Amino acid sequence: MFGIVGYGAYVPRYRIRISEIAAQWGRESEGETQGRGLTNGTGLVEKTVPGMDEDAITIAVEAARQALARAGIDPRRVGALYVGSESHPYAVKPSGTVVAEALGIGPNVHVADFEFACKAGTEAMFCALSHVKAGEMEFALAIGADTSQGAPADPLEYTASAGGAAFVFGRGERVMCEVLHTHTVTSDTPDFWRREGRKYPSHAGRYTGNPAYFKHVVGCAEAILEKSGAAAPDFDHVVFHMPNEKFPIVAAKRLGFSTAQLEAGFLVREIGNTYSGSSPMGLAAVLDRAKAGDRILLVSYGSGSGSDGFVLRATDALEGARGRAPSLRSQLEGHRIHLSYAEYAKFRGKYDVCG
Amino acid sequence: MRDVYVIGAGITPFGELWNMSLRDLFVAAAKDAMKDAAVGRLDGMYVGSMSPGLFVGQEHLSSLLADYLGAVPVPCVRVESACASGGGAFRSAFFEVASGASEVVLAGGVEKMTDFADVTGALATASDQEYEGYHGVTFPGLYAMMARAHMRAYGTARDEIAAVAVKNHENALLNAGAHLRVRISVEQVMSSPPVADPLRLLDCAPVSDGACALVLASEAYAKQSKRPLVRVAGIGAATDTIALHARSDLASLEAVARAAAKAYAASSRRPKDVQVAEVHDCFTIAEIMAIEALGFVGRGRGGPASKGGETSREGPIPVNTSGGLKAKGHPVGATGAAQIFEIVTQLRGEAGKRQIRGARVGLAQNMGGSGGSATVHILELV
Amino acid sequence: MPAPRYAREIPQRYRFEATRCQNCRKVAFPPRQVCSACQGEAFEPVVLSDEGALVTWTVIHVAPKGFAMQTPYVVGIVELPEGVRVTAQIVDVDPSELDFGTRVRRVLRKLGEENESGILHYGYKFVIAR
Repeated sequence: MFGIVGYGAYVPRYRIRISEIAAQWGRESEGETQGRGLTNGTGLVEKTVPGMDEDAITIAVEAARQALARAGIDPRRVGALYVGSESHPYAVKPSGTVVAEALGIGPNVHVADFEFACKAGTEAMFCALSHVKAGEMEFALAIGADTSQGAPADPLEYTASAGGAAFVFGRGERVMCEVLHTHTVTSDTPDFWRREGRKYPSHAGRYTGNPAYFKHVVGCAEAILEKSGAAAPDFDHVVFHMPNEKFPIVAAKRLGFSTAQLEAGFLVREIGNTYSGSSPMGLAAVLDRAKAGDRILLVSYGSGSGSDGFVLRATDALEGARGRAPSLRSQLEGHRIHLSYAEYAKFRGKYDVCG
Repeated sequence: MRDVYVIGAGITPFGELWNMSLRDLFVAAAKDAMKDAAVGRLDGMYVGSMSPGLFVGQEHLSSLLADYLGAVPVPCVRVESACASGGGAFRSAFFEVASGASEVVLAGGVEKMTDFADVTGALATASDQEYEGYHGVTFPGLYAMMARAHMRAYGTARDEIAAVAVKNHENALLNAGAHLRVRISVEQVMSSPPVADPLRLLDCAPVSDGACALVLASEAYAKQSKRPLVRVAGIGAATDTIALHARSDLASLEAVARAAAKAYAASSRRPKDVQVAEVHDCFTIAEIMAIEALGFVGRGRGGPASKGGETSREGPIPVNTSGGLKAKGHPVGATGAAQIFEIVTQLRGEAGKRQIRGARVGLAQNMGGSGGSATVHILELV
Repeated sequence: MPAPRYAREIPQRYRFEATRCQNCRKVAFPPRQVCSACQGEAFEPVVLSDEGALVTWTVIHVAPKGFAMQTPYVVGIVELPEGVRVTAQIVDVDPSELDFGTRVRRVLRKLGEENESGILHYGYKFVIAR
């Protein structure tokens, strides 16, 4: 049996309400007031903002600490560490080496950084799992973490947020969530990208929908369902990449999943799109609640484009190990600090102090 | 060891001296000190300066200042102990004369701080760079943490701390060379812009240029002087941990207490014998902690004593008649020498309107960083 | 801070690695060659606890170079159960939430950078242990 022997997720304490961003650009009239606040076409109420001293590395470390705590293993037994992000702090120098040293992993460890827009986290998971399956090593750690940026006044500014999740893969009795099948689809679809040296990404508007997100998510999901011989109703939980509220709901509908199946991992309204952290964090939220035997489908999406699919099943070991670290829900409902747009812009480096 | 006397003293004004370079400042003070000494001989020089490298990109002051004073080939060394550099230079000169190795030695200090360097960053190098400075703590920040600890331990009040600045500004009005000559109130101190909570702008010594020099001599040369004779009665020095967090008590200055104990013992004096003192008020709270460490007031009483006027010119122990670092100014390396200059001036009876009548025993306390090093010098009128 | 100087401190900055004097048991952080209590020179490794208590603090309004964007920020002295105290920022907090003895927990954060093209500096900070 191969799969997840430890998991963790982390969100920063800071938030900005979507209504605060909308007001900045004179778009208060968009959307309707709903419950906790104004939402707009994205369906979000608020999104997470990283502290000025947080980045993909620090978020990866926090999530991975939890994963190692749940796994209950000596960090030196980890044979590979992969960090997927599209906001790696360095252009050249791996995030993974800082993360490894911070966690006490190594020196006998393979480290690599992954980049594939929002699916860099699940890429890391795929590779970590494969090493363990191949018998190369006992344990491998995969992390998806991001502090993504949206250009001022661009729709992405409403959704681009910060967070991360980490998974330790291993085998045998320790496995709390078995990976039964994997499948990946890839094509060269230029829906969203960022050139070297540019501060903010660019995107192709409505092209990011059907030809990009839906083609790959739905295509990958259909292929893995066939591979596993399962049908949509067989699953207790499903997690899709969540760039906004609407896309994963539409994907679920097209594939025959209900919104109830989406519910446990559906974090986007509260945290925004955490990019490489998005579907991994959804999975972590599911694992915080799943019962032994629950079947889980995870399909990520990364622009450029591709999707990684996983069919998973929770085991008996999950319940006992889960309490070793705080749940994602406890972090989401815990201490939060709401920022004004001016503070948000300062935090995100949209302006700079001279000297 | 034989007796050592201060036979000459010179000082520049302190302030933003845009037209004077580092070498200009030191030479001005040193040549005035030599003129005052009128001794026609110089065997050695010690110059205190905290960070000429960071402030003006200049090291090797030993050669530079001996050269520009016209003193080549006299031996010279720069002494550094952060803000206690001046006191350290004086202490080194003292030993050179006391040991019999030299007859006449110049000890001074200089700092040129206004040529637009990163002053906060340069001053922060007096802290533990890896374990304090790296974390973004500043000097005001370290003293602010000490202030908070002192307020907690002893109930010291914010207005008691502010009273120190008010008193020192009053004194500086009578010191023509002081940097800040303006009366301030407790309310003004407490409402000035925050620097590091609970300390505000007017709790902090200013950034100043300046230099000061003293001539130390053996008895043989002192006897030739026509000036009132001032003897170095006792000296003491001590270190403490560099990092504030490693101190045994955050609300006291152990190094100052130890240095003072040595100076009192060497001079056979007790705190109540001291009639005038210059203490190291880099921040208001530092004066409160210093007067406790020096034994002028009981532990924890520094606040009420300051507010109650015990350290004013009329009080039982006048402290910082020059205006202190707060109002006289704090060109870092020069401060230790300038404190001794004020004591010498008081003992000679030349302090004009700020003269403490009948002062015969004076004390100068100089301190580095957040209290990691300290010197105490006790001087007496012969 | 240039790369070699930064890298030497990684065990302390990232993992809170300290040493204990084998003679008098005093814990030193950072590790040192001579014990400050007994001048002993034999030490064994020890890792400091992640949680401690706030001893004193301040809010920095005037910052040194490289920290200006973060003002105002809290710096405090935290005491750890091993008897060691450290100076560090306390983050994600309103200063009004702090008191003597507040329990705080260590986190890894970015402390700054050498300059625009230099290395990034990571190290320990503290958050309130909620």
